[in-house]
Amino acid sequence: MIPIPEKPDTFYFFGTCLIDLFYPEAGLAGMELLRRQGIRVVFPSGQSCCGQPARNCGFAEEARAVARQQVQSFPKPWPIVVPSGSCAGMMREHYPELFAGEADEAEARAFAGRVYELTWFLVHVCKIALSDRGEPVRVTFHGSCHSQREMGVREEPRALLRDLANVTFVDLQRPAECCGFGGTFSVRLPAVSGAMVADKVADIAATGAAEVLSGDCGCLLNISGAMAKSGTPGRARHIAEFLMERCYGK
Amino acid sequence: MSNARTAILDRLRAARPAPLPVLPEWSVTIPPAERLNRFSERLEASHAEVVTSTSGHWPSLLAERLKARGNTQGSANGSSVHYPPGTHHGRCLADAWTDKPELRLVAYDQPVEVLKDTLVHRVDAAVTATRGGIAETGTLILWPSAEEPRLMSLLPPLHVALVEAKEIYGTLTEAMMVQNWSAGLPTNALLISGPSKTADIEQTLAYGVHGPKELLVIVLDP
Amino acid sequence: MGSNLATSAATAPDFAARASIALADDGLRRKFRRAMDGLMTKRAAQFPDPEAWTSLRARGAAIRRRSLARLPQLLEQLETRCRANGIQVHWAETSADADRIIQGILTDHGVRTLIKGKSMVSEEIHLNDFLAEHSISAVESDLGEFVIQLAHETPSHIIMPCIHKSKEDVATLFRDHIPNQAYTDDVDALTATARRVLREQFAGADAGLSGVNFAIAETGTLCLVENEGNGRLSTTLPPLHVAVMGLEKVVERLEDVPPLLSLLTRSATGQAITTYVNFISSPRKEGEQDGPREVHLVLLDNGRTRIFGDPQLQETLACIRCGACMNHCPVYTRVGGHAYDAVYPGPIGKILTPQIDGLATAGDLPHASSLCGACGEVCPVAIPIPNLLVRLRGEAAHQNSASTVMGAGARHSSVEDWVWRGWRLMHQVPLFYRVATRVLTRIGNAMPASLPMLNAWTSVRTKPRFARRPLNELVRSRGFDHE
Ligand code: SF4
Repeated sequence: MIPIPEKPDTFYFFGTCLIDLFYPEAGLAGMELLRRQGIRVVFPSGQSCCGQPARNCGFAEEARAVARQQVQSFPKPWPIVVPSGSCAGMMREHYPELFAGEADEAEARAFAGRVYELTWFLVHVCKIALSDRGEPVRVTFHGSCHSQREMGVREEPRALLRDLANVTFVDLQRPAECCGFGGTFSVRLPAVSGAMVADKVADIAATGAAEVLSGDCGCLLNISGAMAKSGTPGRARHIAEFLMERCYGK
Repeated sequence: MSNARTAILDRLRAARPAPLPVLPEWSVTIPPAERLNRFSERLEASHAEVVTSTSGHWPSLLAERLKARGNTQGSANGSSVHYPPGTHHGRCLADAWTDKPELRLVAYDQPVEVLKDTLVHRVDAAVTATRGGIAETGTLILWPSAEEPRLMSLLPPLHVALVEAKEIYGTLTEAMMVQNWSAGLPTNALLISGPSKTADIEQTLAYGVHGPKELLVIVLDP
Repeated sequence: MGSNLATSAATAPDFAARASIALADDGLRRKFRRAMDGLMTKRAAQFPDPEAWTSLRARGAAIRRRSLARLPQLLEQLETRCRANGIQVHWAETSADADRIIQGILTDHGVRTLIKGKSMVSEEIHLNDFLAEHSISAVESDLGEFVIQLAHETPSHIIMPCIHKSKEDVATLFRDHIPNQAYTDDVDALTATARRVLREQFAGADAGLSGVNFAIAETGTLCLVENEGNGRLSTTLPPLHVAVMGLEKVVERLEDVPPLLSLLTRSATGQAITTYVNFISSPRKEGEQDGPREVHLVLLDNGRTRIFGDPQLQETLACIRCGACMNHCPVYTRVGGHAYDAVYPGPIGKILTPQIDGLATAGDLPHASSLCGACGEVCPVAIPIPNLLVRLRGEAAHQNSASTVMGAGARHSSVEDWVWRGWRLMHQVPLFYRVATRVLTRIGNAMPASLPMLNAWTSVRTKPRFARRPLNELVRSRGFDHE
């Protein structure tokens, strides 16, 4: 269990490389949601990627070099909020082992201890109160494997969605099952990954939801791509974007 | 292959030794008042039958059970029952059943090589004692001996086990400690928690695949 | 038919090819999905209280780590205690050594028929084939293994070996291979048939062979866990018993058994305990009426001492072979056990097989994972399987003369090296990153779907759409502080 910190005056936002390239609106929505909780949001411009792709492929040295760039770009003792459980998990769980025995191990550990996943941070630290202004809609949620297993985020995004008056939240039948993304796994073993995401899409379709939300852009890329390819109706987007739109009209 | 031994041990010793972790505390306790119930429930959930009797009455209870059941191995008249003549409960049974010709008591008092055919094919049931039970999992502790051989609880279609109510422990750990198992184990100590079963074909449970199809547990109180 | 596909899948060259063949078999996928769902539900029901699970698991994990930390001493102690108890101990460095040792013992005793309880180590050393070459017939007596043997296949799961067979498949096999057996797909009737046929085999066998779940150094005891009773029969009825175990299976004390046993049976099949737990401490003693006259224990290395040499990879040896990691694996569930073409499939197989057989032959297995972490989450002895997969990916990709992993560097590719070097440069230097994200967001969508990797992606998904501008550019215009 991750200890819940005091609500800070200022914190850092780590945007993630996938958000940079594919889902910048999700990043903006996350930052906006947090700013509206009365906290100053700082976006360090030296940030890029948590280093997970290289680390997962066994290229620890390359991963460490990129991770070090992140550690150095977030020097103040502020919390670091990440709109991705997977990147957050990489930084919180794996930086300590990635930097084991390195000169800057202590710094990396301190950095790791400051990392939080966005929905968790909204619920536990900001104690966010949402007021829904949107039309009635039925949604479901897919939590990434690492958000659940590394960051312990399971109920938080669901609680946020259930808080919205006009939103009917329907959970998946297999909420804990991987969508088949797995980074390079999705292109190394496309057939297996494809079978996994096909099951995920079927699970989503069975909820009758108009939208599937997620806290992780890797899963979103995978799920939305498979939905489009298979002609499954429905929209897939980041939960931050959805919450922003419902509660603040943008 | 003693050089294999040396080579293996040398390789293991050459490795940088890992730190020895401390064992974190762990225990399960089942209050004495709940044990008998839990024991019976668990066994029944595992498809065993549990009945309560007394040390004086159980042979006649068993006789009735067996008569009601009929023989299963196709012997000409009545059931044949393996019993351990060298034990106290074996003698109780023999004494109590002198007037029951339809229940044939077969002593397991010769080596398996001699008795193999009877054991494998011709006995309907066997009666054994236990060294107590375990409430947590609904388990019998068997401690086979020269007088009460191992196969008695395995080959016949019905295994009848006697358990003293006062010997039902909360957990396996507790039984091991109280009975001081590490001071000396028999050739083959056994835990039995139901009749023989399998779920290998389509995860469908089927009983009696190799061992007994039925397990009757008689709790003696007192 | 599922079985044919499953068999042919095992002959395809790599995991990707075998997986694709397995995926095409809808029946196979349904069988695994159903079976795994059942096993997951049953396991979950066994651990309703997270605190109790956490403390039991911590205990089990520590017991296994302690056993490994003292492995050489414990093996010596086990040997001494077994000898004192009358159990003969043999050491085998390789599979071939173990085969020869076992065959030697059997030949010395004039054994023609060996009845076998379930033993994955005997699969690992391919014992049945070896014995057949020496005119000793080995008969599998575990129902699942018996079915697999009739079909001339290999197990597709370490606990439930014939999970890929339907009852109709079994009915057909029995009709075709058992004299006077009519076709029936009634599971009770099939089970009764197996009992009848195997009883004869037990009665006639000259020796029995078993695996070992835990070997207790303190008392020189072999602990065997099973439901059917065939393990007990194999180790009690014939005059000779040979047990074979991986040398990592030793534990310090008898009191280590209850927590491990509880973790094993609850994780494996969702049972509080199995029907039988069998503690064997000696051959038949003077005056006893049954039990084997001789008991032999074969300790198998087969790469384990090499695995032991690496402090991180050593965790592989903590495994108690419960199978929970495969039951919860989304990849295993989809492709089944044969796609791994390995004795140990699923997540444990993905870390164990490459270390035993080497990365040159099994180097693709560590990549057969989305690193979702389900395996590590359920592993009752807390083996960090995903971390070990990542470690082995690295070992396969890098040439490193200091590595103790067999076949280290076997999957090295200079192209891949350059890709990651380029990736590093792009993400390490902020200017490069800003330029790269700007360029990609502006022209990325023009990339043809036929590019390598992108074509794999688009085989099951549409092309991802790059945003018009990266977040790092947008934050400035939206008035967020950036420093
Ligand atoms: S790795 Fe863990 S979960 Fe998998 S078989 Fe071994 S003990 Fe069980």
